[in-house]
Amino acid sequence: MDLKLKALTKSIWVFHAATSPCNNCDIEVLDLLTPKYDVERLGIVLVGSVRHADALLVTGVPNYKTRERLKKLYEQAPKPCVVVAIGGCACGRIIFQDSYNSPCPVDEVVPVDVYIPGCPPKPQAMIAGIAKLIKKVRGEK
Amino acid sequence: MKLLFNYLLFPGFLFSACVGLIAGWVDRKVTARIQWRKGPPWYQNFVDLMKLLGKETIIPQGASRMTFLLAPFLGLLSAVLVATILGVSLRMPLESFAGDVIVILYLLTMPAVSMILGGSSSRNPLASVGASREMKLVLGYELPFILSILAVIIRSGGSIQLGPILNQQINFGSNLASWPGALAFIAAIFCMQAKLGFVPFDVAEAEQEIMAGAVIEYSGLPLAVFRLTKAVLLYTIPLFLIALFWAGNLSWLALTGKYIAVLVIIILIKNTNPRLRIDQAMRFFWGPVTALAGISVILALFGL
Ligand code: SF4
Repeated sequence: MDLKLKALTKSIWVFHAATSPCNNCDIEVLDLLTPKYDVERLGIVLVGSVRHADALLVTGVPNYKTRERLKKLYEQAPKPCVVVAIGGCACGRIIFQDSYNSPCPVDEVVPVDVYIPGCPPKPQAMIAGIAKLIKKVRGEK
Repeated sequence: MKLLFNYLLFPGFLFSACVGLIAGWVDRKVTARIQWRKGPPWYQNFVDLMKLLGKETIIPQGASRMTFLLAPFLGLLSAVLVATILGVSLRMPLESFAGDVIVILYLLTMPAVSMILGGSSSRNPLASVGASREMKLVLGYELPFILSILAVIIRSGGSIQLGPILNQQINFGSNLASWPGALAFIAAIFCMQAKLGFVPFDVAEAEQEIMAGAVIEYSGLPLAVFRLTKAVLLYTIPLFLIALFWAGNLSWLALTGKYIAVLVIIILIKNTNPRLRIDQAMRFFWGPVTALAGISVILALFGL
């Protein structure tokens, strides 16, 4: 097991990319930082610059404008960087599938590593998703 | 050989970085406890650094390559040099050299200069905002900082060498126990908070408004070096203040206790204050803090 990769799983700096969500998922993401869930004990912090990010949290359905921004954000992030799709919108566009301004789901723009469905997903579900992501990065079953 | 050992291992790089990173953890943990959270484990800051070493280093298009990559090292090298000078003279006050207080003063500004250089060379508008704020902040806090150190220098008979300053305190009691010393110490604490870039003086890298400011474009190794510089400073600046103001007893135990006390003050100020705007910070430093430091210089001149 690579030491640097192991360190990565213990200190995930998260950049929050909101590609036109209804904002409900974003509020739920912020819940993770509150005392009840406190993800900082797992080394997870929210960072302001995408250059510092290890994980990209994507919420919402990309539209024509945010699709380009999301692509750019992913290219700007230093690798290794994982992408987490949060909410039904980001996972599969739910009711916005046939909308006039939703050209594609998130995973056609950037490679998604974990899908966390829900509308919005519960904080517990997100932590469970992150735990699975950590296992995946470490290559465990 | 001994110099290299001093610089790289014992009072220098390795030791100061470890102490600084652990102090950084104490800060995060106490902050978390104040907010009723659990907080990260003790090795968190080490893991963060380790991870940053494994990340890609991106140089923004159009940025000045050399300056962008070398700027963080400038800050780290001078911070470590300060840690070494301080560590050696605290253990053996006679080994200090003439004028080392002045050298330390200059070297302690270098991390801020490296921030400014790095921020302005990275060709990002937010980074230049951060760099310009840092520049103004330096102008703001340097004046009261130097004034408060002047009070100490006057008290120890005009000596600008750490050794006599320490000896004077060992023989006649800490500067902190006198009026000018106490006032200057209070002024210096505010300046230290700004030097460390902690709330309420963290406008230069405000996460929420300008997205980490000067370091916005940094990733991977250079970012790790910036964080390491911060850690070394968190060890060095409190120690420098202790050496100047509170050096009555220099045993290991006393030093550790004093360091922890100063750390607690820093964390308390950090957690109980909102961020000041840059103009408010300037007014604060050039107004009350400079006045406080000035009064202490005058009192010291009268030999109180
Ligand atoms: S998944 Fe639901 S809550 Fe989240 S952004 Fe979409 S519609 Fe809003």
